[in-house]
Amino acid sequence: MQMLDKFGIAKRIAQELVDGYYVNLGIGIPTLVANYVPEGVEVILQSENGLLGIGPFPTEEQVDADLINAGKQTVTTTAGSSFFDSAMSFGMIRAGKVDLTVLGAMEVADNGDIANWKIPGKMVKGMGGAMDLVAAAKNIIVAMQHTDRSGNSKLLSSCSLPITGLQCVSKIVTNMGVFEITPEGFLCTEYAPGVNIEDIKAATAGRLTISADVKEMQLG
Amino acid sequence: MNKVVANAAEAIKDIQDGMVIMLGGFGLCGIPEKCIDALVKQGTKDLTCISNNAGVDDFGIGLMLKSKQVKKMISSYVGENAEFERQLLSGELEVELLPQGTLATRCMAAGYGMPAIFTPAGVGTEVAEGKEIRNFNGKDYLLEYAFDADFAIVKAWKGDTHGNLIFKDTARNFNPMMAMAGKITIAEVEELVPAGQLDPNQIHTPGIYVHRIFKGTEYEKRIEQRTLRSYANVG
Repeated sequence: MQMLDKFGIAKRIAQELVDGYYVNLGIGIPTLVANYVPEGVEVILQSENGLLGIGPFPTEEQVDADLINAGKQTVTTTAGSSFFDSAMSFGMIRAGKVDLTVLGAMEVADNGDIANWKIPGKMVKGMGGAMDLVAAAKNIIVAMQHTDRSGNSKLLSSCSLPITGLQCVSKIVTNMGVFEITPEGFLCTEYAPGVNIEDIKAATAGRLTISADVKEMQLG
Repeated sequence: MNKVVANAAEAIKDIQDGMVIMLGGFGLCGIPEKCIDALVKQGTKDLTCISNNAGVDDFGIGLMLKSKQVKKMISSYVGENAEFERQLLSGELEVELLPQGTLATRCMAAGYGMPAIFTPAGVGTEVAEGKEIRNFNGKDYLLEYAFDADFAIVKAWKGDTHGNLIFKDTARNFNPMMAMAGKITIAEVEELVPAGQLDPNQIHTPGIYVHRIFKGTEYEKRIEQRTLRSYANVG
């Protein structure tokens, strides 16, 4: 079965961007979304270490140790960017000023709970800004693989790993499709090219409904 | 009014065993390199360090971990350090993990004279264990207390002899709110000028919060993830 790669997931999420949005992209696949901003759409990327207006990675000459993103990578700024301290950064997140947050996850439950910070028995690195983001952001899209390396579903009826936040995810884009969180659980609205609905049903452990209008994902 | 001290060693000389200290920075960006070096030389032990991260093995707070000076870390993300992991697993080191915004806001509360704050971060998670919960307008919030730190150590770009500070780019991060939160605040700066030479409109941290200031030299400013445009992932 052919499924989306990480770039495909990022491309699909980029379709959710709306002109004028302030967006926080997490580490991993979410960061790739910045490469696929649709034509005519201007979004401003927030980095929770204190930057609005993340630009492309720098050239060798532009590298500045004082200018990094939340993944600690060197970055540049866009025209109209601003810097601020960590309290204000999480202030704007808590106050709901950020329009869209894209995060990776280890597990998502069919009520929108998310687990993405800790695996018991493994080294705990910490939650960083994830708990602040999921507790306050009004629109959270999760970018992740549909199953783990052993083939177990990451879309569950309840999270087995330690929770990062409760009932906060609005949508999930996986390598198999697009899923909205509804009172009835996961609602599949799109399937990835080459994936059929039976594959999705077999790979999803939580409550799943297939939308009457389900369609193939268009990646352009 | 003279807040200028000669160097890092003089600035930190009365930091004693068992104290609680805040250290500014995010990752290795905007960390007080010179004071960390001086603390390692001074050998102060059993420190509780409030800092977003714990450095890497051979730089930043990692240097203090290597010389076993840290009793407890209060941080949001600590994964970049093998010695840290070893000490944590062997029980030599105590760690309290907090959401990053909670960490920042607990510093802010201290600097604003507020005893506590309410935040939604961590509700329903293990961070909430043992903490008071209040419901406002139908949503639950955790009560988190202001930090109480003996010293705050921050790094700024420019400072003046009155302790006014200006930070650069994302090296600002936790530095301003930690500067406000310490009982005694030490600032190390790349450029130190006489009072009157910095534009008052551009000051990030007013000098009232800063007790000691010195000019650091030969900053290494190590980069954790040197990511260049040519390496950008584009599919």
